[in-house]
Amino acid sequence: MKDEQNGAPRTLPIQSATFSNPVNAEIRRASATGIYDIRGGGAKRKLPHFDDLLFLGASISRYPLEGYRERCDTNVTLGTRFAKNPIQLDIPVTIAGMSFGALSGSAKEALGRGATMAGTSTTTGDGGMTEEERGHSNKLVYQYLPSRYGMNPDDLRRCDAIEIVVGQGAKPGGGGMLLGQKISDRVAEMRNLPKGIDQRSACRHPDWTGPDDLEIKILELREITNWEKPIYIKVGGARPYFDTTLAVKAGADVVVLDGMQGGTAATQDVFIEHVGQPILACIREAVRALQDLDMHREVQLVVSGGIRTGADVAKAMALGADAVAIGTAALIALGDNDPKWEAEYNALGTTAGAYDDWHEGQDPAGITTQDPELMKRFDPIEGGRRLNNYLKVMTLEAQTIARACGKNHLHNLEPEDLCALTLEAAAMAKIPLAGTDWYPGKPGTSY
Amino acid sequence: MQTFDLEAQGLRALNSTLHAQADNSNQTHWEIVNPKGSHAIAVGLDAPIEVNIKGSTGYYCAGMNKQATVHVHGSVGPGTAENMMSGMVVVEGDASQYAGATGHGGTLVIKGNASSRCGISMKGIDIIVHGNIGHMSAFMAQSGNMVVCGDAGEALGDSLYEARLFVRGSVKSLGADCIEKEMRPEHITILEELLERGGCDAKASEFKRYGSARKLYNFNIDNAY
Repeated sequence: MKDEQNGAPRTLPIQSATFSNPVNAEIRRASATGIYDIRGGGAKRKLPHFDDLLFLGASISRYPLEGYRERCDTNVTLGTRFAKNPIQLDIPVTIAGMSFGALSGSAKEALGRGATMAGTSTTTGDGGMTEEERGHSNKLVYQYLPSRYGMNPDDLRRCDAIEIVVGQGAKPGGGGMLLGQKISDRVAEMRNLPKGIDQRSACRHPDWTGPDDLEIKILELREITNWEKPIYIKVGGARPYFDTTLAVKAGADVVVLDGMQGGTAATQDVFIEHVGQPILACIREAVRALQDLDMHREVQLVVSGGIRTGADVAKAMALGADAVAIGTAALIALGDNDPKWEAEYNALGTTAGAYDDWHEGQDPAGITTQDPELMKRFDPIEGGRRLNNYLKVMTLEAQTIARACGKNHLHNLEPEDLCALTLEAAAMAKIPLAGTDWYPGKPGTSY
Repeated sequence: MQTFDLEAQGLRALNSTLHAQADNSNQTHWEIVNPKGSHAIAVGLDAPIEVNIKGSTGYYCAGMNKQATVHVHGSVGPGTAENMMSGMVVVEGDASQYAGATGHGGTLVIKGNASSRCGISMKGIDIIVHGNIGHMSAFMAQSGNMVVCGDAGEALGDSLYEARLFVRGSVKSLGADCIEKEMRPEHITILEELLERGGCDAKASEFKRYGSARKLYNFNIDNAY
């Protein structure tokens, strides 16, 4: 006040970094409503990620492959350990599990169409297998979830692989909730529950508790399916070394590891943002577990959570993954959060790119809804075409990088091809900081 | 009658043999000897055959059963008849945890006692227990019927949906949103049929009915704790 009276410059108002506008807005919202925020998607906070890694490329000591002409294979086989019929994929980018119920039947169909055109697999989700999805998916992974909604032996036998879901990256240790707005007659019937009620998906399986039980559960599933189907175990990014070790010991053919950027249909924001680890911090620990068991490449590793580009694919594979899975990116490819619906996003109190109230069933793009009118906006054939294009681009990008590193198969990418831009990424990915031969925690060094 | 020596011939041979029985198979009666607590016996059956298991079994006996009748002349380990779709499973002895878990249909009869989480997340199966059941039974039970001729342990029917629970003896405690409900004539009729199907000589009039208060059906923060 004194300065103002003297006409001198005054101290500018300073927003608190701790009590920022978004934080304060959330405090006001919570105090007004008494309920925590529920939303879809994965962690939105900035996290150490694949962007914090770079490929080194070829040089005098490394011989590159010609960018467009020389062969660089992309195929991958999943489930080679025990299954009679491993899954053969043309590309190492798969579609992650997303439920019918959370997504419309047409959206599930589009995922199947796009994945099939690209030569890869798609995955069911909570709520069971739909005809749209099975009919349009050449390779379909059937999720075996705690809720067992829609679970039956016929679908177990007509899938191409079984994925036992222990957890997911957005909410390791948490279950789910499909709110009543999305429980149509069809969804209700598939889940054996009344229409319109909120449906809880349990956080743990009803008939096994620990890894010893899980081993017997896997035996049962193999016996039911004549040992034909690869069995995946999906875990959230919590304790990747131990979870991978236990999954392998329980008999998994494939471990699916989902970081905290991986999406969910609906969960508390506090869960999404504060539980679990980013995928960058998980991959090397999972690979270490596989290597310690002499199972790297024998049990395949599929990673997910924030995969967006061919560069992300290549980096994940260089860190030791056999394949990746995409969920959120696939929805965006279908048309989710497209700016062409901006006016409607605004009417819902949000904006294109930030829309995450998928659980409310009002998706202007007609993808995360069961509303018949909104669903009409989405064309599954066009959606499939777009997804196929996107998958092709990701594959071409990954090949471009692999050739630049002198690799004739994406699987030949290796940690040595990478450097890290930040100390955090260096520590998490166990990749040397750019310009050095060192990363925090490197054996034989002190820090 | 076909006799299968599980100890001599192995689990894989047993299940693949039973899976090979088509709807019109004339090999409709099977006897399994020497089960010796093995896991995953007679899982995934899908034919109208009758399987008699002479002894006790391990985990998941008769899991995901369709059409078949599986009779265990002993006790069963965890998860017997889990996710059963149709048919019938009869256990002469006791059942461990999760009996009938997530079952979509068919009938599970346990002539002894059942341990904890019996009928967890059941989705249409009928479960008839001659003895007692353990804690957290019928947790998140969605539909179907559970009949308990003895007593029920703690937290019966926690977070129950539309399954009907009939208990003749005491209930140590009810779980969240599970309440005692009026036993109307239609329930007596249902229960009498279940008791007959399960081979119980108890009278329907001796039972109490429990079901969902339906207060948890739509998310309300006041219900969280």
